[in-house]
Amino acid sequence: MNEPILELRGVNKSFGPVHVLHDVDLSVRPGEVTALVGDNGAGKSTLVKCIAGIHGADSGEILFEGKPVHIHNPRDAAALGIEVVYQDLALADNLDIVQNMFLGREKTSTGLLDEASMELAARKTLASLSVRTVKSVRTPVSALSGGQRQTVAIAKAVLWNSKVVLLDEPTAALGVAQTRQVLDLVRRLAEQGLGVVLISHNMNDVFEVADRIAVLYLGRLAADVGAKDVTNNQVVELITAGRSGDLGLARPEVAAV
Amino acid sequence: MTETPTRDSASDAAITDFGIDTTSRSTTEAIGDYFRRLRGGELGAVPALLGLLVLVLVFTGLSDSFLTLNNIANLFAQGGGQTIIAMGIVPVLLLGEIDLSAGTASGVCASVLALHFTQHGNLLGAMGPTLFYGFVIGALVAIALCVVMRIWIGAGMAAVAALIFLLGISPNPWVEMVLAVCVGAVIGALTGALVSKIGIPAFVVTLALFIAWYGVVLALVGEGGTIPIRDSDVLFDVANGNLNVLGSWILFVLAGGGYAAVVLFRHFSRLRHGLVAQPTTLIAIKAAAVLVLGAVATYLLTLNRSPNPALTTIEGVPYVVPIILVLLVAGTFVLDRTRYGRHVYAVGGNKEAARRAGVKVDKIRMSVFVICSSVAAIGAIVYSSKVGSVDGNAGGGNTLLFAVGAAVIGGTSLFGGRGRIRDAVIGGLVLATVQNGLGLLGYQADTVNIITGLVLLIAATVDALSRKRAAAR
Repeated sequence: MNEPILELRGVNKSFGPVHVLHDVDLSVRPGEVTALVGDNGAGKSTLVKCIAGIHGADSGEILFEGKPVHIHNPRDAAALGIEVVYQDLALADNLDIVQNMFLGREKTSTGLLDEASMELAARKTLASLSVRTVKSVRTPVSALSGGQRQTVAIAKAVLWNSKVVLLDEPTAALGVAQTRQVLDLVRRLAEQGLGVVLISHNMNDVFEVADRIAVLYLGRLAADVGAKDVTNNQVVELITAGRSGDLGLARPEVAAV
Repeated sequence: MTETPTRDSASDAAITDFGIDTTSRSTTEAIGDYFRRLRGGELGAVPALLGLLVLVLVFTGLSDSFLTLNNIANLFAQGGGQTIIAMGIVPVLLLGEIDLSAGTASGVCASVLALHFTQHGNLLGAMGPTLFYGFVIGALVAIALCVVMRIWIGAGMAAVAALIFLLGISPNPWVEMVLAVCVGAVIGALTGALVSKIGIPAFVVTLALFIAWYGVVLALVGEGGTIPIRDSDVLFDVANGNLNVLGSWILFVLAGGGYAAVVLFRHFSRLRHGLVAQPTTLIAIKAAAVLVLGAVATYLLTLNRSPNPALTTIEGVPYVVPIILVLLVAGTFVLDRTRYGRHVYAVGGNKEAARRAGVKVDKIRMSVFVICSSVAAIGAIVYSSKVGSVDGNAGGGNTLLFAVGAAVIGGTSLFGGRGRIRDAVIGGLVLATVQNGLGLLGYQADTVNIITGLVLLIAATVDALSRKRAAAR
């Protein structure tokens, strides 16, 4: 088994009196899709935000490529090569695909925007992800479908040679065909050797693309198992009760603190 | 936009995935594509240009004196001030904000200019200590705010304003103009900080300032007062003078040649990089059309257009034209070719996305107000020059609303994210044509205002319908 690229050890996070994350351990390995599942309020989004540098963790360690790192703000995360694709996408409708992909990190030559090299790089990235549904990289985002927008948001994360990509419910608002496109894309990210974390509520999606499944239950990591080793029902039990047979938290009453 | 069906050949994950993107298209395809986009609701400046054409035809039919060289040159000068203010307000509109105070703020700039000029640079004596120290403190605060927000150009301009105030430099028309623009920067920095740092909605901030600056103008020029500035040939010529014939042709060579050079250079640069480009013929036709039109216009404007050719000679391109051209080129350049401009569009399109992408949203929001008020001050120089004096109504009344109207008629959206500097020029031309044409036909302010309002309403309708159409696809 390859070494984790991103490893969390004993991460705790409280908002005032509310203890949101309890000693969470999580490993993300390159070339694997790790699905992060859990019920509403289980702490998935908080965990992602801790990794992305939006919230600082109260205690615990984050190791990146085996070395302890401190992530204080989104820029630290980006500098390490951690990119987050948010649920609400964060694209500017009035800009085209290239402009969105390079937003905030525009290439310039002699102080002016270097449109040609940005366009080429954007096209190369989309091509490397085998994105075929977009006719022109100069299409404004407002003219794209939901799936295409998601594609652009993910491609934006890939463009920066990132090593870990966190996807927050990328298929939540999509139709069947578009979900298909995005899941294929998620798979290709892993095949390119990136560590991928996929947050999802949809068990079909999870079992389709995930190599490992990490289940959060009331802020604790209930299980971190291979996707092949569990059944759909077991995962649902882990999500709703925190345990399933031998899997999961040992004593449910502790978990219910 | 229809999705192209996914192709089956999975292995050719090469640049051919965007086959349509890489090859340059034929002229017919490009033109067909353009009309498809028009039908799809991306109208751009087309409705305003068509409207302008209709207006020109109607007025030419109704009035013999409309399409005369003298009147056309006059029309530029008449509309110059409000057009320039409209150009300044475009970046603010691009963020989805509004600056209601740009008009009266420009009036303040004009009043300061006129006072400094007529009172021999002694602003303390001319304004009285309260206003004088108010301005100085305002300038110092503006410097501090601009430094904090790292808007260096704004800080520099505010510093120049403070220096001119404190040093009592003797009057000189060029110094006056610099002073006016720098006072504009001070005003813009204060407005921008209130909007972006304190977080008051721009509508409220600028409504309050609209009223307050109107009061300042009254205090500066005196109730019912008028400060003449026609003693200075330079100040008077800004809106009333013309380039000489040689200068006019030099302007044509610089502007037309520059345009053609830039368009062709970019075209061949795209081709060299293997990017999709318009067909070369189309680009060449475009550039040639602009050159020919420019040459014809320059030639006509260099003819003697004096009503009494025997007595006087009036010839050459009015100074207003190069002023607007320079602002147009500079503004378009900044918005299209620099990171700053890209960030303005991004913040206007999706503020949150821009913030997450690392754009300094506060800085962008503050800076557009600095641009708006500074450019409005240039507009103030032009409209004051046109009438030769500054009075208590400078920049008041409908000035600002006409400027916003011009930008909207040209196609700039009030919701942010969509618009260009040239929209303000085209819209300004439409408004100036309406005002000039109706004036020639002998209509009074009542009719002129009703028609102007209707023109704006039509423009807004076209915009709304085209947007609906674009959204319905």
